Amino acid sequence: MEEALTLVVATLAATLRVATPLVLCAMGGLFSEKSGIIDVGLEGKMLMAAFFAAATASLTGSAWAGVGAAILAAEMLALLHGFACITHRGNQVVSGIAINILAMGLTVVLGTAWFGRGGQTPPLAGTERLNPIFFPVAGDNILVYAALLSVPFAWWVIERTRFGLRLRAVGEVPLAVEAAGISVSWLRYRAVLICGLLAGLAGAYLSIAQNAGFSRDMTAGQGFIALAAIIFGRWRPVPAFGACLAFGLLDAIAIRLQGVKLPGVGEVPVQLIQALPYLLTLFLLAGFIGRTVAPKAAGVPYEKEH
Amino acid sequence: MQELTADAAIELRGIDKSFGSVHAVRGASLRVERGSITGIVGENGAGKSTLMSILYGLHRADAGEILVEGRPVQMASPRDAIGHGIGMVHQHFMLVDSFTVLENLILGAEGGPLLAGGLAAARTELARLARDYGLAVDPDARVADLSVGEQQRVEILKVLFRGARILILDEPSAVLTPQETDRLLEILRLLRDRGVTVVLITHKLREILSVTDKVIVMRRGEVVAERRTAQTDAEDLAELMVGRKVRFDLDKEPTRQGETRLAARHLSLVDRRGVRLLDDISLDVKAGEIVGIAGVSGNGQSELLQVLAGIRPPTGGEMEACGRRVDAAHPVDPAEMRDLGVAHVPEDRLRQGLVPAFLASETSILGYQDREPFCHNYLMDGPAVGKYCADLMERFDVRPRTPGLRSSNFSGGNQQKLILAREMARNPKVLLVGQPTRGVDIGAIEFIRRELVRSRDAGCAVLVVSVELEEILSLADRILVMFGGRIVGEVAAGEADERTLGLMMAGARAA
Repeated sequence: MEEALTLVVATLAATLRVATPLVLCAMGGLFSEKSGIIDVGLEGKMLMAAFFAAATASLTGSAWAGVGAAILAAEMLALLHGFACITHRGNQVVSGIAINILAMGLTVVLGTAWFGRGGQTPPLAGTERLNPIFFPVAGDNILVYAALLSVPFAWWVIERTRFGLRLRAVGEVPLAVEAAGISVSWLRYRAVLICGLLAGLAGAYLSIAQNAGFSRDMTAGQGFIALAAIIFGRWRPVPAFGACLAFGLLDAIAIRLQGVKLPGVGEVPVQLIQALPYLLTLFLLAGFIGRTVAPKAAGVPYEKEH
Repeated sequence: MQELTADAAIELRGIDKSFGSVHAVRGASLRVERGSITGIVGENGAGKSTLMSILYGLHRADAGEILVEGRPVQMASPRDAIGHGIGMVHQHFMLVDSFTVLENLILGAEGGPLLAGGLAAARTELARLARDYGLAVDPDARVADLSVGEQQRVEILKVLFRGARILILDEPSAVLTPQETDRLLEILRLLRDRGVTVVLITHKLREILSVTDKVIVMRRGEVVAERRTAQTDAEDLAELMVGRKVRFDLDKEPTRQGETRLAARHLSLVDRRGVRLLDDISLDVKAGEIVGIAGVSGNGQSELLQVLAGIRPPTGGEMEACGRRVDAAHPVDPAEMRDLGVAHVPEDRLRQGLVPAFLASETSILGYQDREPFCHNYLMDGPAVGKYCADLMERFDVRPRTPGLRSSNFSGGNQQKLILAREMARNPKVLLVGQPTRGVDIGAIEFIRRELVRSRDAGCAVLVVSVELEEILSLADRILVMFGGRIVGEVAAGEADERTLGLMMAGARAA
């Protein structure tokens, strides 16, 4: 009995640990998408942030400096995305993919040049990492709490503030926002910057909280899973949070199932288990989501009519 | 009518604006008196909307001066215009469908960083405006659930909510039934009587004559005339707009009807979400007649055209086109319909009628591109297509007569003439036409309507769908009215008038 309880608690804690970067990323992406800017580049922002967090923490010995560097790195990419998509009205998906490729390449190149460990940063320990606050076994570092707080915060901002009202409006009918005397570009830039901030935290979590250093491609598609969570959540914070937890749970179970022999099936291949969240993403995206709930202007560059 | 005060609410001096090579507004100057209703009329592309967009700060003038209440002002963005007490109701509503009325009302004037206070204050203010101006709307209704007339009321309320003293309306009646339009005109009079200055942009002369104090006529980007409304009439204004005499009445021979070419029985169309778009539609179109389908936009006319043209299969009922039976189990595709002799001029020119990036010559054979003499052995014959297009352009007066020009570079009227030419050139047995003169200037309207009548006289069965009641009345031999996906009434052309049709269009069931 006690063993079962321990198992449940451990699985839940693992769920939360795995879900944290997804939640942060999804809330960030939500702001961007609500404003009408699709962000396929979450993955790249997170990866870049993870790298700079670990690199800075390793060089300065301070986890907080790492967090700062992570946010800065993600914001640079967010600004790049904004410059391409808002100022120059470029294709948002193409810009996002370019950012992903850029991050994938740049982290490896810089990592190799600076640390010479095949793209990895040196292992971090002590104050170089964000450590658990209350329960050392559960890994409840500050970013886990930040992720939990980001959900009601996102809901409150989007539903209850002037900025949120304008954000929702600009993602639906940007021309109406312009006609109301509000700058479409500035509104969207702010949304993209909030997205960068949260994606930066997600990246820092990966490399200096959950793990003890950066390894190449360590995001492993989590940015895309966060994107899927936004879609499952129909662009609403609380359901998107639920979707992140579901992915986290699946991952936690997958980790637990590794090496376990299931009755009648035998040992389930690790690769299959690890593929589950991605398969679920595909499955859900293909079948379960209506197309009508996305912000209407998402993906459409804003140009004044003649 | 109230006495006009002499001082100007707005004065524009020498406004000039070009978009690329298009000189949209040329040195336009005008005055709008305070507390009056001023009409601005002109054909499509005459520069009315551009001029008002400049006044509202959506575009910046290349040259010229704007004065509001006697003071020169800069209009760099709508924020400036709003700050100077100018509000605009745009032709395409600037409303967020998924928002409530109240949320739309406060967008841009929220009264603080948190919404709660602003929403409460707006609710009180909305009640006051509703009382003062007779503009009642449910504050908590979602805009998507409102009728078009109500949405327009929300737009006007938005402007008043921001404390505007000058109200600009851009083609406000384009989407309204005649009754809703009358209601709108009443509201405008009431606003004027309460001291609001109103500028009404429209190409509908009836409205201008019934409500304005003064009319300003624009043509090709210039202000060409200014008249006291009491001292002018429709013919005078039309002539000023076009620059020559215009005949409104079409001389039509009485119809000589032949056999039924297109027959529909109990057609219905239900979309994937289960919404019933067409409901029990039965109609006949005979050779040698024009059947007009009237109705407010969005009552199933578009879907009906798509079904009749073979673009969407019906989900229930059946139809017969030139001897071919069509129902849910035996769908037809548009190419086969074309082979049967059913030609279709779609209502959305730029999406369904042509490919904007294609050359005019390519547009002129779209849908017929596989046929001789345009195509041999899977290869296009460019010179043959170009020659064919030049010939069509000559016959249908498409200007400029340049087959090698991109379709998007032609004006709306000339694009429409080209599409009409393509579909009519093969002497179809049935001609389906959606919104034949939408966005087309008056000169071309005349031409297009005459061609439709000519094709009827040549024995073609013509079905015209239009939201312009005046167009239906002048073209059709028989009028069907659609509302909510159903045909709610049929009237012979001789017995039809705007009032009864208007009532049917609004859903009031008539005999």
